[in-house]
Amino acid sequence: MPQLPFPSAVPISYYLILSAILFVLGVAGFIYRRNIITVFMSIELMLNAVNLSFVAFSYKFAKPDGHIFSFFVMVVAAAEAAVGLAIILTVFKNKQTLQIDDVDSMKL
Amino acid sequence: MDAILFFVFAALAVGCAVSLVLQSHPIASALSLIGVMGSLGVLYLLLGGEFIAMAQLIVYAGAIMVLFIFVIMLLNAGAEPPGPKAKYLKFIGAPLLIVLMGLIGYFVQTQMGATEVVKFGSKSDFGSPASVGMSLFTQYLLPFEVTSVLILIAILGAIVLARKEID
Amino acid sequence: MQLWLIPILPFIGFLINGLFGRRFSKPVINAVAVGSVALSFLWVLKCFMAGVPAEEPHIERYFTWIASGDFTVGVDFMFDRLNSVMLFVVTGVGLLIHIYAVGYMSHEGGYYRFFAYLNLFMFFMLTLVLGANFLILFIGWEGVGLCSYLLIGFYFLEKFAGDAGKKAFIVNRVGDFGFSLAMFLIANHFGTLDFGAVFEKAKAMPVEHSAGFLTAVCLLLVLGATGKSAQIPLYTWLPDAMAGPTPVSALIHAATMVTAGVYMVTRSQLMFNNAPIALEVLAIIGLATAFFAATIGICQTDIKKVFAYSTVSQLGYMFLGLGVGAYSAGVWHLMTHAFFKALLFLGAGSVIHALSGEQELSQMGGLRKKIPYTFWTLMCAGLAIAGFPLTSGYFSKEAILGAAFEHHEWMFWVGVFTAGMTAFYVFRALFLAFFGEYRGHHHPHESPFVMTIPLMVLAALSLAGGLLFNIPHWLEPNAPPEHEDLKLKIIAIGSGFLGIVLAYYMYVVNTNLPVKIANTFSAVYRVIYNKYFVDEAYDSVIVHPLEEGSRVLLWKGIDAGMIDGTVNGVGHTARGFGKILRWAQAGNIRGYAAWVAFGSVLVLIAIGLVGGSK
Repeated sequence: MPQLPFPSAVPISYYLILSAILFVLGVAGFIYRRNIITVFMSIELMLNAVNLSFVAFSYKFAKPDGHIFSFFVMVVAAAEAAVGLAIILTVFKNKQTLQIDDVDSMKL
Repeated sequence: MDAILFFVFAALAVGCAVSLVLQSHPIASALSLIGVMGSLGVLYLLLGGEFIAMAQLIVYAGAIMVLFIFVIMLLNAGAEPPGPKAKYLKFIGAPLLIVLMGLIGYFVQTQMGATEVVKFGSKSDFGSPASVGMSLFTQYLLPFEVTSVLILIAILGAIVLARKEID
Repeated sequence: MQLWLIPILPFIGFLINGLFGRRFSKPVINAVAVGSVALSFLWVLKCFMAGVPAEEPHIERYFTWIASGDFTVGVDFMFDRLNSVMLFVVTGVGLLIHIYAVGYMSHEGGYYRFFAYLNLFMFFMLTLVLGANFLILFIGWEGVGLCSYLLIGFYFLEKFAGDAGKKAFIVNRVGDFGFSLAMFLIANHFGTLDFGAVFEKAKAMPVEHSAGFLTAVCLLLVLGATGKSAQIPLYTWLPDAMAGPTPVSALIHAATMVTAGVYMVTRSQLMFNNAPIALEVLAIIGLATAFFAATIGICQTDIKKVFAYSTVSQLGYMFLGLGVGAYSAGVWHLMTHAFFKALLFLGAGSVIHALSGEQELSQMGGLRKKIPYTFWTLMCAGLAIAGFPLTSGYFSKEAILGAAFEHHEWMFWVGVFTAGMTAFYVFRALFLAFFGEYRGHHHPHESPFVMTIPLMVLAALSLAGGLLFNIPHWLEPNAPPEHEDLKLKIIAIGSGFLGIVLAYYMYVVNTNLPVKIANTFSAVYRVIYNKYFVDEAYDSVIVHPLEEGSRVLLWKGIDAGMIDGTVNGVGHTARGFGKILRWAQAGNIRGYAAWVAFGSVLVLIAIGLVGGSK
């Protein structure tokens, strides 16, 4: 195979920067979108980004601890998704809306 | 080879994430999220995390996202109407995020600096199911059991919150 | 000798009547009140019989009250010749007035309260007289002021009575301020307040012919005395104090409390002797007050007010006696004045009682046939106060005037003129009340025996008291006998006679003359009738500015404006801040997320600045 002008493997920091980009995109989605479910999915995106970061670090130290942490994050994300969607259903039942701006009864 | 795989799937992940943020219909956003998860699964494989990659695809992409799509269909969520333009969000929000991004990148570069490259299979089998399982059932036994209780509670919570009122 | 029993017995009477008197019947209250004073009087007599020391006083030290470093003040009572006179007068005349009050107050409300206060007053007065140091005296001093307030304002449902009580207390306070300052100076300079110790040290100090420490102290004591004994400039409370019941006027404002100033100065004579300037001031104040008050008494129409101004005037005489160095003459006049002034007041009370509350002289007249006992006893008192030969008042007044002549001749002449005026206005009142035709609408009836018997006892004492009790000999048994100037005596007697004759002429023979004189000198008459507008002057110069200043500056300005403003302002500011901060809680979830992101950026910057976490 001819030598390609870019390296054959990437350093770990590239994974971390990718994780950062995904995280920031998750924050952007969280702040800008108005649909509750989309907001929730942005949260899931942020969690995934963090998972990637954990796994990258786990590779660096050659230990399974990062994988385990990532595993737990996934478990908690699952539980959170279940309960969160149930809450969204309840909110929809009460307010008949999926706009996050309409859920403002905590306003002072 | 590793680099090519990385860049392809990284671009795919970022593209799907952007699509998630920019799409107006929730179903499209959900499908984009599934795309992100799939790409991340491949990246996990590259990093030697076989167990995690499989877990990601089975649990995250296969179960959680399906749950999301079910709820979207249940609620009959339609495309989001274009809302009022909030100027301040544009002025403050975008720079804020760019700054956040820049900071994280900066720190990564300065703290991590010269790091080793990721080569598939170059390190020992720390990410194999055997290794993860061993660690999970010896060192991290307590959190493991606690999370099972957590899941139980989540099930109960979801059932209580989402059921119909029995009059 | 158990001196403490003398004041404690009335105090126990006060406690019993004050705490339980509401449930007692009148005879029981009488028994407790009069009985306690009677027992106190008997104990005083017993102490007399045990022998009154002439040189060194008999001191009983009970316990140490204040022990602060080197400065100690004990609760000490003393008994010597000066004391004994005061004790005799206070308990004796007090007992007679208590008996009288049983009859006078028999149909008044608050019966038990009256006697409780009266007993309390006796307690404080006796403490004042028995005290062996300045502080115990001051306790009695303040206490009688308190009782004076309570008793003047006895008919508290009348606004005037309450105001009069307050006036008495506040004006007294000014005097007490002077007394307190004097005590501070004494304590600071001599290191003790005990009479014996202070006077020993004061005696050793040189006589001050110009302003000095002793002069300052004595002048402050004089200020205290003017407050308590109603001299210029602090006399205005005494005429208003007539709002209280008549026995109160007799006991407190004639016989006992107002003489506390005289007693205090006499007690401190060793200090005053070394400060002749203070003595001179004292004499001038006394003489001026005597003259001034006599002029006012001429024109008064309320019988009690006439006698009130008479009291002020006679107190001026006593101060004159003290000021010219004749301390024993002043004390003698104190005693005789107690007799005839108490008699005058009690008699006036009897007249008022006979007329069911009428006090105006214009509504009286021709009462001498209707209430004979009162009439004859009051005549005795009038003779005594006018200085009729051989009455008690004659002896004491002669002693003072004689001493005044020795000091400054002009003081003698002013004193003689004032004596004439005294005779005039007292007999004016008596003639207006008892002679002529009855001008009122009531049915006069004689007072019961319980009231007339004290009158008779006092009348006897007024007539014979001078002969029975020779106070100068009692107080200074070693002093050389005075050379008696017959000329001076005749002049003084003559002025008294002139006063009586003039009053007889103007108010019995030619009753239109007073009105004609008043109309001729109408401006002068108006000024005197209105008491020289002194009360009004005090009001506008002192009282009104204080009130206005207090209300506008202190109340509205500082209290409501600054303090309330600050406290409320803190609340307002907190609320304002809260209003601003409330905008952060808009209920907008996306806003919250944005803030979280912003915060995390800040945290990252901070970590970066610190140097990262290693």
